[in-house]
Parts: sequence; C-alpha cells; structure tokens
Amino acid sequence: MEIKNNGVNEEQVVYAKVLEAGMYLGLAILFITFAIYIFGIMKPAIPLDHISTLWSQPVHHYLEEINHNFLHLEQGPTGWTWCTLLDKADFLNFIGIALLSGVTIVCFLAIIPVLLRKGDKVYATMALVEALILILAASGILQAGH
Amino acid sequence: MDCFRGLKIIFLIITFLMRMDPAFAAGPETTMDLVPNDGTEWWVWPLALFVITFVMGILAVLGGVGGGVLYVPIISGFFPFHLDFVRGAGLLVALTGALAAGPGLLKANLASLRLAMPVALIASSCAIIGAMIGLALPTNIVQTLLGVTILGIVVIMLTAKKAEFPEVEKADALSSALRICGVYTEASTGQKIDWKIHRTPLGLSLFVIIGIMAGMFGLGAGWANVPVLNLLMGAPLKISVATSKFLLSITDTSAAWIYLNKGCVIPMMVVPSLVGIMLGSFVGVRVLKIAKPTFIRWTVIGILTFAGIKALTKGLGIELF
Repeated sequence: MEIKNNGVNEEQVVYAKVLEAGMYLGLAILFITFAIYIFGIMKPAIPLDHISTLWSQPVHHYLEEINHNFLHLEQGPTGWTWCTLLDKADFLNFIGIALLSGVTIVCFLAIIPVLLRKGDKVYATMALVEALILILAASGILQAGH
Repeated sequence: MDCFRGLKIIFLIITFLMRMDPAFAAGPETTMDLVPNDGTEWWVWPLALFVITFVMGILAVLGGVGGGVLYVPIISGFFPFHLDFVRGAGLLVALTGALAAGPGLLKANLASLRLAMPVALIASSCAIIGAMIGLALPTNIVQTLLGVTILGIVVIMLTAKKAEFPEVEKADALSSALRICGVYTEASTGQKIDWKIHRTPLGLSLFVIIGIMAGMFGLGAGWANVPVLNLLMGAPLKISVATSKFLLSITDTSAAWIYLNKGCVIPMMVVPSLVGIMLGSFVGVRVLKIAKPTFIRWTVIGILTFAGIKALTKGLGIELF
C-alpha cells in the first residue's frame, strides 16, 4: 500500500483536500446568500413575515400553501425545482445547501483514479457505488412521504 | 457537587426552554400542528434558534456528542417548527459539523477512510431508507419513537464503557482482506499506535440499524457509531471518535438529500442553526480546557433525558410539562 504524507494514504489526502475546498465554498456561498436574504437585497418568494406562519405545518401543507399563495407552479417546489427559482432570495440559499450536501459525491469520484492507479479495485468499486448511491439520493427519483 | 451544579444548569435551561415552548405559552388547548400566529415577529424564532444552538454547540463539544442528537429533540420539543423541518435542519447541522471536522481528521490520520468506506456504504444506503420511512410515518409516531430513541441514548451514555486501546488479538478475515488497519501517533505520549479491527461482519450489520435511525430521526449517529467501532470492532477510541465524525458527513449526506428533495429544508431555520452550532463549537473548544468533564456529562445527560421525555409525551399527546 502506497503511503504518503506522514503515513496518510494518498486517496485519504485527496479526499480531505476536495472535502475542505467544497466545505469552505459551500459555507461561503450559504452565508453570502443568507445575508442577501435577510438584508432584503433580493426579494424572497415567501415574504419574511409569512414564513413564521408556515413552518409549524407538515411539509405537504407547507408546500401547498407556499405554492398556492406565492409560487403558482404546476407542482410544489420539491426536488430540483429550486433551481428555477434562483431569482428569489430564499431559494438562492439552496445553492450553498446543495453544495454542502453534494461535496461528498465529488470526494468519492475524485479518489477513484487514485485507487485504480494503486490497483485497489475493491475500494475503487466501493467509491463508485457510494457515489452512485448518493447521486440516486440527490436525484429526487426516490419519493418519500405520505 | 458536579452533579448538583449540573442539575442547576439543567433547571435554568429547562425553564428557558419552557418559556419558549408555544404549547406552554398558549395553554393546554394548543395542538402540535396549530399555526402559532400569536403576533410574534418573524425574526424572534430564528434569533432564539441561534441563541439555543449556540449553547448547544458549546455543550455538544464539552459533552462529546454531536449537535444533531441535541438539536432534533430540543428544537422539535420547544420550538413551533414542525418535526419534518426540524429533522431536515438537524441533518444539515450534523452534516456541516462533520464536513468542517472531516478534512482535519483525515489529514491527521485519526479518521480512517478505509474503515469508513465499507461502513458508509451500508449506513448511507440505510439512512435513505430511514429517511423515507420517517417521512412516510405519521408525525406523532416519529415523535414518540424519537423520544424512546433519545432515552435509549441516555441509557447508552450512562452504561457504555470506553476502551482507549481495545485488545484485538487477530484481525478477522474480512478486515484483513479489505486491509482495514492503520498507524497513528498518540499526541499525549508521542507513541506510534498500530491498530486493526475484528468482528467486522457483525459491526457492519449493526450499521444497518444505525443508518435507518439516523435517516428516520435526522440525528447524527455518533452516539451509536463510537460504541460499535470502539467496543465491538476494536478500533482505538480516538480512531473511533474521529472516524465516526467523518462518517456522519457521508451518512447524513444521503438522508439530507431525501429531506431536501421532499421540501423539508427552510433556510431561515437552517442557517441560524448552523451559525449558532459552529460558533458555539468554537467557544466550546476553548471552554473544554477549563471545564470539568463529569459536570458537563451530567448536564448533557440531564438535558437529553428532559428532551427525550418531552418528545415522548408530545408524541403520545400527553401534556406533562
């Protein structure tokens, strides 16, 4: 097994670097977009004084309410619909949230070439399968709920 | 003495939380799903969320628990937010904490990627299933099960022992085949520690349950990861704690996507919680140098017990406090 960086495996170092970059980028974007949201630099889809009357309801009621009163979409804003609402300050925050939730997928994809170069086919396969599982979860194909 | 001071702190926190509880403030006729349109300004709850998560961040570091395990029962019990959104935010809080800690732990060779990957494969798949089950079940059932789980965690915290360097005479066949082993330098002694694990198939199978529970309740699963990695599989305590923390960044990612795609994420809840927990964690690390561990442990156990009872009674529709 090839060991570098004070005994740390090469793939572990690659994973850590990608994770670190993605985490800082995601947090920075999240904080900037949240500042845009609360300081009123861009208009939100759901007015700030309405949000507190909605967050105590189950998610399906909440989605129906915001769609009926503010968004007027064919279906409620589930899955990746937020991508079509990025001109609204509240939905802009989902960029940072999605980056933080997606960085792990990039980490696994990044270590596959390292593992293959080392001939570690078992762990390369494991990394690929893990990335595919996370992509499946992120895709919105898996439906949950009532 | 520490126990007494812990009780005093718990009493103060409970008093504060009960004043915030919309059901407590509005009287016994208030139900779980009622909209608390009581004229409270919109910014009061995010600000209260920030303050409480800041305190949680300190306690989580000092008590050696993840933020998620404190976040979900306390916020769902005492704030007006629906459990669907609390679980979504709880997963993102636990995920961000794990993402922030992950790079440092991996570079220091305390978190082991080779140990985490097979575990993550099972736990993250099961967390997806757990999230789907949790979102399909009625809220009162999830709230009741959450209460039972939190009280179970309290029992684990009270009874589980920890082994700094568990004795592993021989690595099992599976961990040998996967080459799950490593070396790290113990900072306090400068000693190089060679480690390996055993009972891998049994340990991996337990992550089926851990993953489902993490996804179902939106909890980080450090409370379960560490005992399994340390006591059952024989990884040294530091490797177990660090790998568990890193593992949450994978397990919680899969469950977080299910909640995100379902619409269970409200930025006005998530961001104040993230900032509060992160700032609290920074302060917690500094306080850790002077804090008494026994006192902190009793405080965390007391808060979790109270939050667990609150979740249980809320789920069962009993107005206990």
